[in-house]
Amino acid sequence: MRIELQRRSQSSRLFSFVSPLLALVLTLFFGGIMFWMLGKQPLDALYSFFVEPLLEVWSLHELAVKAAPLILIGVGLSICYRSNNWNIGAEGQFTIGAITGSILPVLYPEWHSPMILPLMLVMGMVGGALYAGIPALLKTRFNTNEILTSLMLVYIAQLYLDWLVRGPWRDPQGYNFPQTKSFVPEAVLPEILESGRAHLAIAFALVAAVALWFMMRFMLKGFEVTVLGQSERAGRFAGFSARRMVWFSMMLSGALAGLAGISEVSGSIGHVQPTISPGYGFTAIIVAFLGRLNPLGIIASGFVLALTYLGGEAAQLSIGISDKVSRVFQGLLLFFVLSCDTLIHYRIRIVTQKLRGGAAHHA
Amino acid sequence: MKKLIIALAATAALLGGITGGAQAQDKTKICFIYVGSKTDGGWTQAHDIGRQALQEHFGDKIETPFLENVPEGPDAERAIERMARSGCAMVFTTSFGFMDATVKVAQKFPDVKFEHATGFKAAENLATYNSRFYEGRYIQGQIAAKMSKKGVAGYIASFPIPEVVMGINAFLLGAQSVNPDFELKVVWANTWFDPGKEADAAKALIDQGVDILTQHTDTTAPMQVAAERGILAFGQASDMIAAGPNTQLTAIVDTWGAYYIKRVQALLDGNWKSEQIWDGLKDGILTMAPYTNMPDDVKAMAEETEAKIKSGELHPFTGPVNKQDGTQWLAEGEKADDGALLGMNFYVEGVDDKLPQ
Repeated sequence: MRIELQRRSQSSRLFSFVSPLLALVLTLFFGGIMFWMLGKQPLDALYSFFVEPLLEVWSLHELAVKAAPLILIGVGLSICYRSNNWNIGAEGQFTIGAITGSILPVLYPEWHSPMILPLMLVMGMVGGALYAGIPALLKTRFNTNEILTSLMLVYIAQLYLDWLVRGPWRDPQGYNFPQTKSFVPEAVLPEILESGRAHLAIAFALVAAVALWFMMRFMLKGFEVTVLGQSERAGRFAGFSARRMVWFSMMLSGALAGLAGISEVSGSIGHVQPTISPGYGFTAIIVAFLGRLNPLGIIASGFVLALTYLGGEAAQLSIGISDKVSRVFQGLLLFFVLSCDTLIHYRIRIVTQKLRGGAAHHA
Repeated sequence: MKKLIIALAATAALLGGITGGAQAQDKTKICFIYVGSKTDGGWTQAHDIGRQALQEHFGDKIETPFLENVPEGPDAERAIERMARSGCAMVFTTSFGFMDATVKVAQKFPDVKFEHATGFKAAENLATYNSRFYEGRYIQGQIAAKMSKKGVAGYIASFPIPEVVMGINAFLLGAQSVNPDFELKVVWANTWFDPGKEADAAKALIDQGVDILTQHTDTTAPMQVAAERGILAFGQASDMIAAGPNTQLTAIVDTWGAYYIKRVQALLDGNWKSEQIWDGLKDGILTMAPYTNMPDDVKAMAEETEAKIKSGELHPFTGPVNKQDGTQWLAEGEKADDGALLGMNFYVEGVDDKLPQ
């Protein structure tokens, strides 16, 4: 006996809409069971994990701080994935964007000018885009697999950052701690409201999401992305170039990841240090799929994933469970999203030994 | 699908039934924030043992929530702020890298008391506390010089901050007081807490021919490598004897408990003041694990040195001491003052390494 996935002739429209919600419910359900097995009151635990962080203004700010990079990266990735280009290296583009964006405040710490911040943001985007251009070049020129190249470039970027802040960029007055000088106030991304730490990055994220949604919905470019993603051949008949699409989608997502990187460093950290991300570039992949590769859906899913980060902390403090729980929730969520999606398109069929034997006989 | 919905509904109802209400809170909240895991076997575990001692001492009067594995960066600020907002009367931030984050949050919450371990920035509501680890390192150096057959020890260091450089220098000065030609090799792991990197550093040092290992990182990984490769080693922050029963010579054990009790008592009595405390062996904030795996004469020497440091008769940084480049740092009989120690960014003569700066 074995289990087979059989393609459904028709997939339910209702369920392709409901499936992320179903995944969320299943995650909460199994999360509750996990808390119960850990000896905690499941509802109390879920409450402190998913509700408590939403009850106070300052905490909502923190949620926005966490969600901003996830949404920025996620919407860029959604265009990539829709066009059938698999950029897995957003974490690297995030890192390089943070580095190129920080060149001015680190190397010219005396430069006080309102021009510095816009320049930093542009340089961050350019850095991220160029870094994503490497797998694009390799794919279009040598037909390499962009999943592998973009992923491997993540480690190169991280080690380069590590070397930079331990070596040439280290603050000489920093007691030899591996970090750069703190940015001058003009180079820090301003906060939006007095009441908390949320800074402009969340505004960038929302603007980017709406703009890309508009592009996908109403512009020819969006149609081009969809057609080339579904069938390269059909795209060619329409006069679209798959190669140009590789460049476009990779560099677009690279630029947004780079913007997320420099925004995080400038707005949240205030200097450059060896670790600048808790894996935003990878978590954003979950965000993109949970949002069904729709830029507006990604806004919602970005906040959900941001909540799992904050919730882990809140739950640790109020009910004393390990911070590893947030990782478990992220894993559960991705698992259920992907399996729900699979079951929309496929049905499970149990094939018995006897049937197989019969089939072989006929052959 | 229908079955699934029924199952979900049934479980939700069940969970709803067994959920209790929240308890009223009138205990004083004393909060801790850890850079590593509370069971790391080293630095963070030592703080957690201190926290447990505190909890036990005050019993029902206080509660002591904590956050572990908090990275030194933007997340630290949020984590500390969350503690301050959750009603903590006092927050202990237990890693050097939490310094700026603690300062920022302390400014926002003038009514909450903060205590930052091993830092140098204080404020009205922010005290710092530290331990004179170098006193223990000096004793370790003496033991190493007696026990090493090759006359070379290996040192797994974390970050080249004054705290760590001071430890390296104290270890070597102790060793040189026994064997003037003693050598020291240093590997920078550039992390406080990473068993993999720490073990790699240990292996690299052993491959370079050292036969004694000491560490300024948080986990027992180097001790385990030393045990596997059959050389001797010193534990750090906690007694690591379980990781190397035939390997550990002694360990610097951080005993924060008494300090935590003293400070919380002051808080409860209403006379807590921001201070910059730097205690040592004599105050009991630092103790030496039992001297094991060594002959009696070495043990006797170590105990004698320990007693002399406690009585103040011996200061590990007493001249003549030269810097690595051969220029004089301390003249004959001169003792280094605390300011010089806390800003130390040079090696003493005899360290086989270039200080990364």
